[in-house]
Amino acid sequence: MKSDQALIQLNDVSFHYIVEKKKELSVLHHISLNIFPGEYVAIIGHNGSGKSTLSKLFNGILKPSAGDVVVNGWNTKNSQLIRDIRQQVGIVFQNPDNQLIATTVEDDVAFGLENILVPAEEMESRINQALRTVGLTGMNKRAPHHLSGGQKQRLAIAGIIAMKPKCIIFDEATSMLDTYGRKEIVKVMRRLNNDGVALVTVTHYMSEVVEADRVIVIEKGKIITQGTPREVFRQKQLLQSIGLDVPIANHVAEMVHQKYQPFSSNLIDAGEVVEEVKHFTTGGVSV
Amino acid sequence: MSEEKIIEIKNLEYIYMQHTPLEHQALSGINMEVNRGECIAIIGHTGSGKSTLIQHLNGLMQPQKGKIIVDGEDLSDSNVDLKALRRKVGLVFQNPESQIFEHLIGDEVAYGPFKLGLPLNEVRKRVKWAMEMVGLSFNEMKDRPTYALSGGQKRKVALAGVLALKPEILVLDEPTAGLDPYSKNELLEKIKKLNREEKITVIFISHNLEEVSFLAHRLYVLANGKNLVDGTPNDLFSNKEILEKYKIGTPDSVDILYKLKDAGFSINPRLFDVSCVAAQIFSILSTYQRRVTDDISV
Ligand SMILES: Nc1ncnc2c1ncn2[C@@H]1O[C@H](COP(=O)(O)OP(=O)(O)OP(=O)(O)O)[C@@H](O)[C@H]1O
Ligand SMILES: Nc1ncnc2c1ncn2[C@@H]1O[C@H](COP(=O)(O)OP(=O)(O)OP(=O)(O)O)[C@@H](O)[C@H]1O
Ligand SMILES: [Mg+2]
Ligand SMILES: [Mg+2]
Repeated sequence: MKSDQALIQLNDVSFHYIVEKKKELSVLHHISLNIFPGEYVAIIGHNGSGKSTLSKLFNGILKPSAGDVVVNGWNTKNSQLIRDIRQQVGIVFQNPDNQLIATTVEDDVAFGLENILVPAEEMESRINQALRTVGLTGMNKRAPHHLSGGQKQRLAIAGIIAMKPKCIIFDEATSMLDTYGRKEIVKVMRRLNNDGVALVTVTHYMSEVVEADRVIVIEKGKIITQGTPREVFRQKQLLQSIGLDVPIANHVAEMVHQKYQPFSSNLIDAGEVVEEVKHFTTGGVSV
Repeated sequence: MSEEKIIEIKNLEYIYMQHTPLEHQALSGINMEVNRGECIAIIGHTGSGKSTLIQHLNGLMQPQKGKIIVDGEDLSDSNVDLKALRRKVGLVFQNPESQIFEHLIGDEVAYGPFKLGLPLNEVRKRVKWAMEMVGLSFNEMKDRPTYALSGGQKRKVALAGVLALKPEILVLDEPTAGLDPYSKNELLEKIKKLNREEKITVIFISHNLEEVSFLAHRLYVLANGKNLVDGTPNDLFSNKEILEKYKIGTPDSVDILYKLKDAGFSINPRLFDVSCVAAQIFSILSTYQRRVTDDISV
């Protein structure tokens, strides 16, 4: 699902915040990367490593201190293009409170649509479809700031989905959902991606990382490794040394491998573990 | 653990914005009991009433109907000493940002102990201890402004602020949401120690079933403002019907076991610790290997 013309390009990007008026807090250092149309990318890194900062650079919410971010050929430094850029790349913030602004749920979704000049007659169906997708059907008239944590998170996702951008950045957008709800949203993400939407997901759930085509590992504001989930999870020592981990399935596979070498240690989800067990037992087991 | 009840909740109901067009029933009959020194997890879907419930425990919300008794005190009583209650029950919100007010991290964590009237050197000791509990370096972070923080760092600051109070009852709304795997494990170990060794009663909401089974003695499952089931993590996660009926989801390790079962292997769903899952798989493999060798030797 990916073509070779990058949708988002970061060329040697560095970023610092200014704290206490003049102190520079350096966060990102010389990052170059491309996000391609239709790609599914996961970004992982420990708390404070720079993931949210990087996410906000992707659609010009933050501007690089050095280097360039180019979306669809447009430099994010050009403030006249910011509306066009946001239409291409939407971001679901880590804290939904920073995203929800209107007084009713439906107005909140409508707000984003009005911004990108969606015709009035299309509005209602887009709003309802987005709310249905995230499981908030029937809550149109509720007040966003009177929702539960998970409901807010779902609404923040609906607001971006309704805008139908070419790329959506999910910054820990499922952190307040129960296991079941998280799986539903991961399915929604899969479906969006199958429909050609590029996804960037920032997450601490290693089982969500497995869904991606490519994983980027950030440490102290630098990319220290990247590759397919399998390639990245093969570097368990490295990941653990920077506060990350591998999926549970991988821990299990590794332990079985220790006692029985032919069993692969490089399995990354439950399905693969079961297949591997079947592989070594076909024709045998029926106890 | 003693059998002495430290918290009792009976038929608790709560309606937001009662008698307005926007009124919304969030709790419709909660019954719960917690013993002193217990560690209790509360799980449930989006909007099931978890956060509403626990905000009652330190008097932030008043029971509209039903009863809550905390350490012998009836919280419906209008004479209840809220200050003493909040000293006893430390609550960390789901959204840490709504809990952070001070400009500097050190001051934020010191606020509670300061209010307790502790001497300055004790306050400093507590702040240092609490920051290290959550993995924030005291020297590096105490003078950092609270706005200049990542999502995970904010949660750590909010947690530290409450830990510094050393409450008897610790109530945590999704304490590890947004923490990286290392920070999460460290924090869980430390909460477990507080509970198991220092006998602090812990009540926590969690969406992470691994941590529920690691930490909790018992858990309650909420849906639509009611508690539906409760039991030990082991009872619940090994009961596939209940998991499916209430759409609870499964820890990843349990998921592997159930998938093996679906594929026709015999497994014990109660042994779902990572090393137990590996051991069960190894035993499946060796049974098969043995059978193969037997076949050859016959
Ligand atoms: N608004 C801000 N002003 C100043 N510094 C900030 C600001 N936001 C974040 N920082 C700092 O920048 C660094 C990177 O923060 P960022 O939010 O990008 O981390 P993150 O990888 O998203 O972490 P987390 O997993 O905790 O969300 C941290 O050291 C943080 O303290
Ligand atoms: N301030 C409020 N005003 C009106 N309704 C509210 C308010 N806060 C929560 N609610 C509603 O009450 C119900 C319970 O909310 P609560 O926050 O307790 O859920 P929760 O179980 O904590 O969910 P989550 O897992 O999403 O955090 C939800 O339907 C929510 O929309
Ligand atoms: Mg972040
Ligand atoms: Mg909640």
